[in-house]
Amino acid sequence: MANMSLKKVQMPEQDPNVRNKNFKEVALGYEENMAVEEAERCIQCKNQPCVSGCPVHVQIPDFIKQIANRNFEEAYQKIKETNNLPAVCGRVCPQENQCESVCTRGKKGEPVAIGRLERFAADWYMKNKEDKVEAPKKIGRKVAVIGSGPAGLSCAGDLAKMGYDTTIFEAFHTPGGVLMYGIPEFRLPKEIVQKEIDSLKKLGVKIETNMVIGKILTIDDLFEMGYEAVFIGTGAGLPKFMGIPGENLNGVYSANEFLTRINLMKAYDFPNNPTPVKVGKKVAVVGGGNVAMDAARSAKRMGADEVYIVYRRSEEEMPARLEEIHHAKEEGIIFKLLTNPVRVIGDESGNVKGIECVNMVLGEVDQSGRRRPIEEKGSEHVIEVDTVIIAIGQSPNPLITSTTEGLEKQKWGGIIVNEDTLETSRKGVFAGGDAVTGAATVILAMGAGKKAAASIHKFLSEK
Amino acid sequence: MNEILEKKQLNPTVKLMVINSPLMAKKAKPGQFVIVRVDEKGERIPLTIADYDGEKGTVTIIFQEVGMSTKKLGTLDVGDKLHDFVGPLGKPVEFSKDTKRVLAIGGGVGVAPLYPKVKMLNKNGVSIDSIIGGRSAEYVILEDEMRAVSDNLYITTDDGSKGRKGFVTDVLKELIEKGNKYDEVIAIGPLIMMKMVCNITREYNIPTMVSMNPIMIDGTGMCGGCRVTVGGETKFACVDGPAFDGLQVDFDEAMRRQNMYKDMEKKALEQYEHECKLGGILNG
Ligand SMILES: Cc1cc2nc3c(=O)[nH]c(=O)nc-3n(C[C@H](O)[C@H](O)[C@H](O)COP(=O)(O)OP(=O)(O)OC[C@H]3O[C@@H](n4cnc5c(N)ncnc54)[C@H](O)[C@@H]3O)c2cc1C
Ligand SMILES: Cc1cc2nc3c(=O)[nH]c(=O)nc-3n(C[C@H](O)[C@H](O)[C@H](O)COP(=O)(O)OP(=O)(O)OC[C@H]3O[C@@H](n4cnc5c(N)ncnc54)[C@H](O)[C@@H]3O)c2cc1C
Ligand code: SF4
Ligand code: SF4
Ligand code: FES
Repeated sequence: MANMSLKKVQMPEQDPNVRNKNFKEVALGYEENMAVEEAERCIQCKNQPCVSGCPVHVQIPDFIKQIANRNFEEAYQKIKETNNLPAVCGRVCPQENQCESVCTRGKKGEPVAIGRLERFAADWYMKNKEDKVEAPKKIGRKVAVIGSGPAGLSCAGDLAKMGYDTTIFEAFHTPGGVLMYGIPEFRLPKEIVQKEIDSLKKLGVKIETNMVIGKILTIDDLFEMGYEAVFIGTGAGLPKFMGIPGENLNGVYSANEFLTRINLMKAYDFPNNPTPVKVGKKVAVVGGGNVAMDAARSAKRMGADEVYIVYRRSEEEMPARLEEIHHAKEEGIIFKLLTNPVRVIGDESGNVKGIECVNMVLGEVDQSGRRRPIEEKGSEHVIEVDTVIIAIGQSPNPLITSTTEGLEKQKWGGIIVNEDTLETSRKGVFAGGDAVTGAATVILAMGAGKKAAASIHKFLSEK
Repeated sequence: MNEILEKKQLNPTVKLMVINSPLMAKKAKPGQFVIVRVDEKGERIPLTIADYDGEKGTVTIIFQEVGMSTKKLGTLDVGDKLHDFVGPLGKPVEFSKDTKRVLAIGGGVGVAPLYPKVKMLNKNGVSIDSIIGGRSAEYVILEDEMRAVSDNLYITTDDGSKGRKGFVTDVLKELIEKGNKYDEVIAIGPLIMMKMVCNITREYNIPTMVSMNPIMIDGTGMCGGCRVTVGGETKFACVDGPAFDGLQVDFDEAMRRQNMYKDMEKKALEQYEHECKLGGILNG
């Protein structure tokens, strides 16, 4: 008998006033009984609307049924059939816009907590089962994957399973892409990412870190070295700045820099880890996406007294996940909405002492489908802060497109691909993830990686 | 890979290391740099590729021990491996075909990044005058190497213990006033030195290349921490540079930005030296 409760089984969480001082995971995960209870809310719809809401078509009702029957290992294997990174997606997918947005139960009350159940299955498996991956038989053909974010990892994983000799080239000293340097520990423990990477290695994937492609090797070099196809999964890592006066003052960070210092270089443990970060007492984070929420919540955890989100539209238009906005508010982040910075103000020694902003009002709907913010005359005001973090977006890094002849790109830098095969304008070169779409989501990047692996297999089989 | 093959002390605070890195040795060009991490927790520190040998597969770095990471690096010995060694990063320097005569100016450890550029110019038949300077005699590095690739080499020290007493800019002024014509000046050293050089060359309208050394993390354009203002525009030194048109660089901003973490760097160094002392007591 289905559980007809209108609400999801509540997720145990660290108390907001405790967690905003530590970097441990916020959401603690379902226990077995909670998971079973939530799984029983799924009514096993024949037409499976949820499945079509998932970019990689996880067989949602099937895995949920296995949880309801306490077959946790089978539930995990079911998800794994289509999703290489369930422990990650269960945590960071914007479920409210994807699988859960079309769940039948959501028409009246809350949808089934698909993401939480996915996370539960993955965590249960990691805790209770030994991952028995074995390297498949090699077929003696080499493929290169550039970048080790979700796109690169899932492409490499699928290729390795098909027997290709797969090597990932990663610019940083640690693989994982945004999962490692961007999304903070309190949302996605790095141990989980590390486990996923370890299991890829067991599949026989080689990972060469410290290899900046376009500098140490070009794509042409890779072909000369005997790689028969190349996948570009280099993400969208180039930070945008606003171009307002005072942006180069000491105390102004891009969110990328701020988060990399904290996550990858572990500046929260300074000086045991010698990379410093300056957080200050009052921090303004400019932007309204996941990146802005992560930067604000990290600043709070680093000891800032007051942290503001400064966003030029209203909360409704914020691109961040609902859960993250909610968590940020609980943790004491102050939202300054309909507010736009026009200038960063410094003191005599060049340190930030404030940010001048104007108020905005919402006008007509613009191209992005959101109401366009318009400046309100005479509304200039100064918010006193000592740190400003800019989180207004990223674009693809030109390192590879500028060193590869014949690789076509969009004006804004995205690599142009055939949407069906993800092949670029260069034969044998495929691309996917943020490098193609601009900043998007983990699951879309993963889906692209899988699709490219299939295309590469087809391309090489026909060659 | 990344093994230290050779180590030399060039002066009381500057060391040279030859690193085994065959792939990078083939790709490196003058003006480029590497990022080094000494150990698993290490900071990512940028250092110029001071020399490279494609045949031997080696890359040379020369560094001044100024803080925790460079001091730690200095404790490694021949046979040890660098934890991470990434490169070649940054844009190689380019000179126009019309460049026939160059004045190269290096201050302190800045002579290390200057040397590969001068070596290349010399190989291309460009005539070179060089001025290298240091605090005192023992701080002048790469004298023989620089002499070998320069037509004339001038040396200055702040205290007069070697060469002329004074600053590199004193000789620069003299050479120009003497009527020497240079197509280009290259100046690499402390920010304040490069600023002073540019103040002079600006007056005489001589194109001047400088090499910027802002604080960096990734070295690939993804953090923006290395931004410098050049001709009123923001540039990322790791991908747009590190060499820039010195006459356009906002040096005051660069100096300010370089001091951003002074207090924290001091703390890290103190903790490190304290641990070393403890280690010394325990082991000794
Ligand atoms: C702070 C933050 C929070 C986010 N939160 C969420 C969230 O909650 N949910 C969600 O779904 N999405 C979120 N995203 C977006 C998501 O992380 C990205 O869409 C996703 O990681 C893109 O994957 P990718 O594999 O295309 O690229 P990336 O993850 O960016 O990985 C690219 C990799 O390529 C490497 N690389 C780049 N250039 C080179 C080169 N020349 N040579 C070698 N290697 C190179 C990079 O170092 C990097 O490791 C967030 C992003 C950020 C920054
Ligand atoms: C492109 C480039 C090339 C360079 N080439 C050389 C070289 O050939 N030889 C050499 O001796 N030095 C070079 N430097 C400077 C060198 O990187 C710094 O001296 C070193 O990082 C200091 O680290 P530390 O921990 O020992 O000192 P710290 O105590 O951390 O810092 C001392 C000073 O070094 C600078 N610094 C600190 N961290 C960084 C960082 N991550 N990136 C850049 N600068 C930093 C700051 O000005 C700081 O005040 C170069 C810098 C750049 C950007
Ligand atoms: S992968 Fe993401 S979208 Fe797909 S079912 Fe899981 S949580 Fe939903
Ligand atoms: S739509 Fe909702 S209730 Fe229906 S099968 Fe999918 S998860 Fe279950
Ligand atoms: S060092 Fe990060 S962008 Fe230059």
